[in-house]
Amino acid sequence: MIAVYLVLLIPLAGIVFFALGGHRADRGKLNVRFNAICLLATIWLAVNVLNQGTILSDNKAFLIDPFNVYLIVLTAFVGLTTSIFSGPYMAHEKDLGKLTDNRLKLYYSMYQGFMLAMYLVLTTNNMGIMWVAMEGATLATVMLVSLYRTPESIEAAWKYFILCGVGIAQALFGTILLYYAAMQIGDGESSLLWSVLYENASKLNPEILEIAFVFMLVGYGTKIGLVPLHNWLPDAHSEGPTPMSAVLSGLLLNDALYAVVRNKMLVDGASHSHIAGYLMMGFGLLSFLVGALFLHRQKDIKRLFSYSSIEHMGMMTFAFGIGGPMATFAALLHMTVHSLTKSAIFVTVGHASQLAGTQSIDKIRGLIKTQPKVGWGLLIGTLAIAGFPPFGVFTSEFLVLLATMHSYPWLAPLLLLGIGIAFAGLFRHIQPMVYGDKPEGQQPVKANLWPVIIHLGLVLWLGLAIPEFLANWFSQATLLISGSTPL
Amino acid sequence: MNLEQTDFYTQAILSMAALVGLTSFLMLGQGRLLRLIFVFAVQGFLLTLTTVLAAYSLNNPHLYISALLTLVLKVIFIPWMLRREVLLMNTHRDVQALANKTVVMLGGASLMVFSYYVLHPIVQTTSPVMLNALAVSLSVVLLGMLLMISHRQAVAHVVGFMSIENGLFFAAIVATKGMPMVVELGVAFDVLVAAVLFGIFFLHIRTSIDSLDVDLLNKLNEVDK
Repeated sequence: MIAVYLVLLIPLAGIVFFALGGHRADRGKLNVRFNAICLLATIWLAVNVLNQGTILSDNKAFLIDPFNVYLIVLTAFVGLTTSIFSGPYMAHEKDLGKLTDNRLKLYYSMYQGFMLAMYLVLTTNNMGIMWVAMEGATLATVMLVSLYRTPESIEAAWKYFILCGVGIAQALFGTILLYYAAMQIGDGESSLLWSVLYENASKLNPEILEIAFVFMLVGYGTKIGLVPLHNWLPDAHSEGPTPMSAVLSGLLLNDALYAVVRNKMLVDGASHSHIAGYLMMGFGLLSFLVGALFLHRQKDIKRLFSYSSIEHMGMMTFAFGIGGPMATFAALLHMTVHSLTKSAIFVTVGHASQLAGTQSIDKIRGLIKTQPKVGWGLLIGTLAIAGFPPFGVFTSEFLVLLATMHSYPWLAPLLLLGIGIAFAGLFRHIQPMVYGDKPEGQQPVKANLWPVIIHLGLVLWLGLAIPEFLANWFSQATLLISGSTPL
Repeated sequence: MNLEQTDFYTQAILSMAALVGLTSFLMLGQGRLLRLIFVFAVQGFLLTLTTVLAAYSLNNPHLYISALLTLVLKVIFIPWMLRREVLLMNTHRDVQALANKTVVMLGGASLMVFSYYVLHPIVQTTSPVMLNALAVSLSVVLLGMLLMISHRQAVAHVVGFMSIENGLFFAAIVATKGMPMVVELGVAFDVLVAAVLFGIFFLHIRTSIDSLDVDLLNKLNEVDK
């Protein structure tokens, strides 16, 4: 149990340390260290869960089960690799005069704040605290989106703040309804605990829970970036600093989806109408198709990949909506490979735009000739995210497709069409950027590409052969969510 | 439902719900910013009263703390901050001509009907009083959104945002006798941080576009201009 507290206390210490730490040049390295220690703590936690099964803390405030523990490790891992990238990147931005030292201080403090909110969303057992932490994640990142203080970035941050704030208020209404339903069967402060709710799910009033779920889906769905509530996402990704885009895409969206799935488990326990699943399938498919279509008309490289995130989150939501063991397994795998691949892509995108001095797709040219590592990184990352074999995204998309063919065969053509459109949309933009002659005077930048290599290596590994302990883990989580194992 | 047979607390809650709903409509039709902020403070005060009433009638002392939090945040701090901002920008004399007031008000009324429609299944499990209270809270939430859509000033957006929180709080107090204490503290903390961030944002928006009219924030767009 100590591991849980460590996971939460380390980023808390990080917030205070960076906020009060004065001016120092080695903040980037210290940030890496904070995240590294946190990763060790999460691994310790994961080993505990692997040995003992589900852990419920003594005061019932924290619940760690196979579903959230792997997301916790993933969060810590992406947080660490992104912080390795962010150190030199932010130092370079400061050298360019885009940032002052005070804003850098804010950046590092809020980086830790964001990590804390993410860990809290994942570890807490209380549905109310989950909401509070989710809102906390918005509050921590909103100042980071406007970090550059350009009119565009302030507009993006305002939009992010208002849209996510209003959206997530719906989720609080859903939580209140959930609490209301829980109070019908038992009074007291513990009725909002997930473990208690889950145990008594069959006794909860199904109609109230269904209404509550609609609100939850709209609320947390705003954060997942589900169409039509996605407007904030491309803006926030394109105007904020690139490391922020990497963690937003890789972690925040996942965690919001996690919150929705937790609620779906309760609704499924209470009612047998599968309404939650249908809603998720509808919203997911819509986001998937709209995201894929919008890829074609993007002019900004970071907006391009944020639409790709919308597309992939749509697919995961759809897969969780189908709900069978295979679809759930695929969705869990897709969550993992998407966040690894997407954060790797944002790292290379960050370097590419620093090298070209712009984020405009039309002006980024000849990356391979200028700096082969960045160019190849972007190309291979895009291949992976587009779902090429042998990368892990292929495996998970293939499984989603299989599950769809099995349960809803008439939806499979739509999925295939979407994958095709997305593929074309990504490559028409990527090809001229990586190939071709380099513009005059374009110089390589100092770049640390280890995060990219490690992430893409892992995605490749997951595509070729999922290691046994991980497969076992996914199966356990699938068992928890869908009630049976895929194998 | 026979009103005379219900106890004092239920009757009081019903009138509070009506008053809170009324303030939402008042805000919706309000063109002057200072008056908008005043009505918002009144709504916060009604919320405080409801909380105190619930704390007293249900003998639930922790609700006094949340009443105090509401009083400090929603009646004093946020209105003060917004008022200061309006006076600073010298926009308090501007009358915002709402383009189509009638449509907005009718829209508000239909949102209220919609709230009743959505929450109707709840009647099975509880008294019609609870349906009224919950439906009013939901409509306060939705009216807050409508307020944000129909007004162009950033200050009005913040008022809308915070009035959505008011609606949620009302639901929590009336339907579930308050949320668990930790959750309530967490929500209050989030509201406080949000309010502070809004203050910082006003500063940034002012310095970047020299106005608080959010229609001028229109650079990021999918449509080519």
